[in-house]
Amino acid sequence: MNLSSLVIPVLLAAVAVYGMGKRVDIYSALTHGAEEGLTVLLRIIPALVGLLTAVSMFRASGAMEWLSTLCASLLERLGLPSEVTPLMLIRPVSGNGALAVATDLIAANGPDSYIGRVAAVMLGSTETTFYTIAVYFGSAGIHKTRHTIPAALAADLTGFIASAFAVRLFFGT
Amino acid sequence: MAMAWVWTGMVVLSLLFGLFTGRLDAVANAALEGANAAIELSLSMAGILCLWSGVMEIMNVCGLSSALARAFRPLLRRLLPQASRDEETLAAISANVSANLLGLGNAATPLGIRAARRMARGCDGAASDELCLLVVLNTASIQLLPATIASVRAAAGCRTPFDILPAVWLASVLSVTVGLLTARLLSRRGKGRL
Repeated sequence: MNLSSLVIPVLLAAVAVYGMGKRVDIYSALTHGAEEGLTVLLRIIPALVGLLTAVSMFRASGAMEWLSTLCASLLERLGLPSEVTPLMLIRPVSGNGALAVATDLIAANGPDSYIGRVAAVMLGSTETTFYTIAVYFGSAGIHKTRHTIPAALAADLTGFIASAFAVRLFFGT
Repeated sequence: MAMAWVWTGMVVLSLLFGLFTGRLDAVANAALEGANAAIELSLSMAGILCLWSGVMEIMNVCGLSSALARAFRPLLRRLLPQASRDEETLAAISANVSANLLGLGNAATPLGIRAARRMARGCDGAASDELCLLVVLNTASIQLLPATIASVRAAAGCRTPFDILPAVWLASVLSVTVGLLTARLLSRRGKGRL
């Protein structure tokens, strides 16, 4: 038996028992949450259809490779694999776009490959920066954003470099 | 609108590259396969995504999010001292942070916007230092359990989709720290020039 096979059953049981102890109707919470998950998914499917079409055309035509080699020497100095270039470019602009590119990278290289893992960690440790800034400042009526954008992009870049570093640290290359 | 340009750019570049490299057949196939893969992927990640959303909802109903919000208050008081003077703003910010941690994006954004609106009062359209910090905090992802990514990995045949969690946490913490430090540094430099 693998120790990591314990994690999921134990977590599920612990959450259920803890909830019952708090007299919470955990079953209706579970199904309500699952419904929420479904609405999230429904909202991303149309975008995924459009974006995965474009991304796989981009890969098949050789344009992806060209874009990656273009930035390869710069990225190597930062300790990043050049294959993730398209993901880094689209990440601050579009959340669904980043999901599509990362999915393509994970499928092409395997989920347990170095590149597949780096893509997943990058997706998990960064946000759709420009969208978030637009939503927050737009609704607060702010038009002078001052140093927000440079600081947020510095956080993104750190997240990218740290993702590759963290994957090497925990899994090797 | 930005995405319209990105999409058009990708499709036109693919066509041009396909013509140049003689891989137009592959490009044509890839377009159809990509659309197909999107639906296949969505179906194969649906189960895991729904399950984890359900588990997160149980934790939420059990009071985990309000406990997290309470735990973050002292830290937020130090990070945003002016905004924290207003009890309601502090409540919105700490709820925003805890919703982000739990990956409840739908809940996090309205809370964050409420806080941002209150903090933007009387600053004439220019963001205050603390408002910049709040937005930087929200542009950097801090998620305890990234369910979407885990379900994409599981859909690709990964048997331990959550094994990247420590790496995600480490990268997130580093990224948030650098973002906040950069914001502090730049705000001081901006003041020096004035």
